[in-house]
Amino acid sequence: MNIEKAKRVTLFCGHYGSGKTNLAVNYAMFLRRQGRPVALADIDIVNPYFRSKDSELELRAAGVDVISLPFANSNVDLPSLPSEVYGLVEKRDRMAVMDIGGDDRGAYALGRFAPYIVRENDFEMLFVVNFYRPLTRTAEEAFEVMREIDAVCEVPFTGIVNNSNLGELTDEDCVRRTFKEAQKLSRLADKPVRFTSVEERLAGSFPEDGIFPIRLQKKLF
Amino acid sequence: MSEKVLMKGNEAIAEAAIRAGCRHYFGYPITPQTELAAYMAKRMPKIDGVFLQAESEIAAINMVYGVSSAGLRVMTSSSSPGVSLKQEGISYIAGSDLPALIVNVERGGPGLGGIQPSQSDYYQATKGGGHGDYHLIVLTPASVQEMADLTALAFDLSDKYRVPAMLLADGTIGQMMEPVELPEESCSKVEKPWAVTGTKMQRKHNIVNSLYLVPEELERTNMERFERYAEIEKNEVRYEEFMTEDADVCVVAFGIAARVSKNAVVAARKEGIKAGLIRPITVWPFPKQPVADIAPRVKGFVSVELSMGQMIDDIRLACGCSKPVSLCNRVGGMIPTPDEVLDAIRKMNGGLA
Repeated sequence: MNIEKAKRVTLFCGHYGSGKTNLAVNYAMFLRRQGRPVALADIDIVNPYFRSKDSELELRAAGVDVISLPFANSNVDLPSLPSEVYGLVEKRDRMAVMDIGGDDRGAYALGRFAPYIVRENDFEMLFVVNFYRPLTRTAEEAFEVMREIDAVCEVPFTGIVNNSNLGELTDEDCVRRTFKEAQKLSRLADKPVRFTSVEERLAGSFPEDGIFPIRLQKKLF
Repeated sequence: MSEKVLMKGNEAIAEAAIRAGCRHYFGYPITPQTELAAYMAKRMPKIDGVFLQAESEIAAINMVYGVSSAGLRVMTSSSSPGVSLKQEGISYIAGSDLPALIVNVERGGPGLGGIQPSQSDYYQATKGGGHGDYHLIVLTPASVQEMADLTALAFDLSDKYRVPAMLLADGTIGQMMEPVELPEESCSKVEKPWAVTGTKMQRKHNIVNSLYLVPEELERTNMERFERYAEIEKNEVRYEEFMTEDADVCVVAFGIAARVSKNAVVAARKEGIKAGLIRPITVWPFPKQPVADIAPRVKGFVSVELSMGQMIDDIRLACGCSKPVSLCNRVGGMIPTPDEVLDAIRKMNGGLA
């Protein structure tokens, strides 16, 4: 991945369960490792379970600022947005990675920050897709979700991330088999596939460009 | 693409229900089961099914009552507080001898409690949460794959015995994502001559009802229903045994607690403690026999639960209080760690009075 091309703001949107949070966490760590000041903003107002705040300790230890919902990981299921996100989109003093909630409902939350992001015009708005998710099995189905998000969200998509995986059963072949579908989605949406994310353990099997190795959270059960 | 897909537990239930021929879903959103309703909302209109977000949980369960009366496969889903609201309807459905699937993706309680996982509705699910003498067939999935498989089984058993079935899951299994092989499209056709489908002037009226004006008749229907329950207890107990053959300590756990316990059993074996696990898959009927069978051979049992200790009573009853049963638990949305379970195994192995 070419870090020089990284935009100041990177947004991860997509179908719920497509892997946005994991990607956002890994991407923020990646930017940080390149020496950039970076903040990760979790503005997922849809899913109160499994969120980037779960990785907060690891992120902070690496020097990534974490902006999360005031009630994240508590029992308060309240879709409120943290005010610090305004600072992030207005001040332009560091790299910003934004983890947006799933589907069009999740993308609504982006609306209030959209004008700042569009005005600055230094953003990458990525559609995350996992073709092994039951409602985005094909390029056509994924494109439908993409359009639904596009319809409510004033930040236009600039690219696609192919995050196709089958959890712990993922192997090289499983990822490769989705390349064609990703290209098809790219043609339908007229947006480039920015990268394919694969688990670190598989990264060696992919010598080609455009592969982003990701680390998963530890499993307890 | 491969047959396997990556699903959330909640989605797996929804898709498996559709594949089992369920075309009627009634519910009301509540964390942590909302994806189930959301999935149904997306899928049902595309397959001529009905997704209806009712005005309340009480309305939803009564819609289930209605559709089941007409002989169709039907379900509702909720999480703990919402399932409490459904209890009156569940009792009516049981009292009318109707099949139905009720899904409870449990969260911490009592009251509104919290949104994090729990197993503290065990009593409610297995001992009759509503009024009257009745049982539900209660299945407890421990993986996303089982969310799908047990959904299909629940519909089949429910139809077969005309007893409502409950899938008793928890927030973690509802939310976690795992690869799943979805069951084939199938709807095992059970004849439902009792269904209210219109007489076409060719037969007597079918009546679906839970009100009996003559006490002798109500007594008789209760007795007959319990004969069916006895059949279920005889034929439909399901459980998994893991390393129990030579076990000195027997852990009993279901659902997410069983996954943690399995890791703890493996860890215990590594340090030379002969631990084993009985994982009930049905908690009503409870696997009494395997617990009774292993009791003479073990030092004791460890009940691992996300509750203050509810299933522990069934273990004590099943072993006739012949062996000590200790409790290893976390509540309020917390999950025991494998180390905590391992510690409980060590204590029981060391001889707990």
